[in-house]
Amino acid sequence: MRIAAIAWNTFREAVRDRILYSILAFALLLIGASVILAGLSIGQESRIVKDLGLASTTLFGTFIAIFLGITLVSKEIERRTIYVIIPKPISRPGFLIGKYCGLVLTLMVTVGVMGLMVFLLSGLVDGVLTPTLLIAAGLDFVALMIITAVALLFSTFSTPTLSAILTVAVFVIGRLSGDLTVFAEQFADPILRRLIWVMYLTLPDLGRFQFGSRVVQGLPLVPADIGMAVAYGLAYMSFLLLLAITIFQRRDFK
Amino acid sequence: MGPVIEVSGLCKDFRVGFWRKRVRVLHPLDLTVHGGEIFGYLGPNGAGKTTTLKLLTGLILPTAGSARLLGHDLAEVAAKRQIGFLPENPYFYDYLTGREFLDLCGRLFGVNAPLRRDRIARLLRLTELEAAADQQLRKYSKGMLQRLGLAQALINDPSLVILDEPMSGLDPLGRKAMRDIILQLKTEGRTVFFSSHILPDVEVLCDRVAILAAGRLRDVGRLAEILKTPTEDIELTLQRVPSGLLPALQALAHAPLLHQPDGVLVRLPDETRLDEALRSALAAGARVVSIVPQRQTLEDHFLREVQGAAR
Repeated sequence: MRIAAIAWNTFREAVRDRILYSILAFALLLIGASVILAGLSIGQESRIVKDLGLASTTLFGTFIAIFLGITLVSKEIERRTIYVIIPKPISRPGFLIGKYCGLVLTLMVTVGVMGLMVFLLSGLVDGVLTPTLLIAAGLDFVALMIITAVALLFSTFSTPTLSAILTVAVFVIGRLSGDLTVFAEQFADPILRRLIWVMYLTLPDLGRFQFGSRVVQGLPLVPADIGMAVAYGLAYMSFLLLLAITIFQRRDFK
Repeated sequence: MGPVIEVSGLCKDFRVGFWRKRVRVLHPLDLTVHGGEIFGYLGPNGAGKTTTLKLLTGLILPTAGSARLLGHDLAEVAAKRQIGFLPENPYFYDYLTGREFLDLCGRLFGVNAPLRRDRIARLLRLTELEAAADQQLRKYSKGMLQRLGLAQALINDPSLVILDEPMSGLDPLGRKAMRDIILQLKTEGRTVFFSSHILPDVEVLCDRVAILAAGRLRDVGRLAEILKTPTEDIELTLQRVPSGLLPALQALAHAPLLHQPDGVLVRLPDETRLDEALRSALAAGARVVSIVPQRQTLEDHFLREVQGAAR
């Protein structure tokens, strides 16, 4: 009940913020505009709607995750609202998990709205619905859960600006993570090669969640790949949350 | 009643500056607060009052020492179930209404929905916030926020209420209302532990006080015990004093005589000298206007302790 109360309050804070609606409106506008762009292409209408739609969902979802995630804890400390919450009978890990769940709920709603719009628009253009689009959007959501956990982790010990820089860096490296292994092979120096491998193993491999291109090309999705991606996502997210809790447990709220 | 707060050797260091130099802001503190009493925790700004309160409420972690609240160790979440806390200059989620905020606090204490509704209605009445209950907190004045802070501190029907500078920023009416509520909490059998530097309020409210200065406990006890010297000074005012008597009066006084419109003011250190001065004055034909014993106030004692700590 206590974690749910914190989560619900975090969700309520996000949905009462006009900025969230502006971002969502802009994203929906861009997804809608994909239909106009599709009209300019010859025989590629469906592909453009799906491609642009999924890319917009990822882009704006990531923006929301980073924008809200980096201030998740620091804002509570800066505005001193945490002084009223910590003295209540909720543990520090409970508070942090509640904040995380609240933001994940916000993302679920926003990604859900965007994903549903892409799904319906592509059905309109195609004349037939593509359920795999929803699976691709769902996996994108798991990747966003990791980004949110990264932002939350940085938020427990650094300023919003530094958190934003670090989270964006992790996001960019994470998206290119799959290429790191190929990149490592290009180096003769074994130390450098090992260093790149360590980076690959430590940083999140967000490429694992990109099923959009397969969906757009009409290729089948392999359930085992989906299962592995979800398991990897949940394990990585749990690791980040544990790290964030460890730091948060030792903090003084002066 | 048994102890509600038991503090033993609790201390706190902060690390400051680029080199993370360790600075002790609270020296080992031993303190016991008994059930049902109003306990005043006094000290000038920077004395370590808020640090102590933050340690007791889990906002900061102790460097050493321990504390038990209502029989529970400080680190246990269970310790917080029966505690209400009002931070200094409270800040709340300004996107919530007063009612929504109290509901959130009730949920965090695990209070069920029907009981929450009843308590919220009662507390909004107690703090005179009924009319503003459905307004967002960003529209509340400072006094209203302070009253809402008190309401949230009472949402769990606590046995122990900890208040950090509850009178700070309130107008005289607000201070009077806060005093009345604190006294009501005592009559309901709750323990109130509050920090303050507004001494007249403390003098009126507290059963016991502790004085903290420069992070060290200087004194603790009942007001009557702390203000041990019942009279510090006796002021005798005389009229029609013959000029020949003035040197004798000056010899008995411990301060220069003051010639005032209503007579001569003689400040005497004790009752023996007062008797002597009275005998001499009456024999010389002077008229006694008044005899006023000057009692030591909490403020006098507080200033002495704090200045002593500064030296």
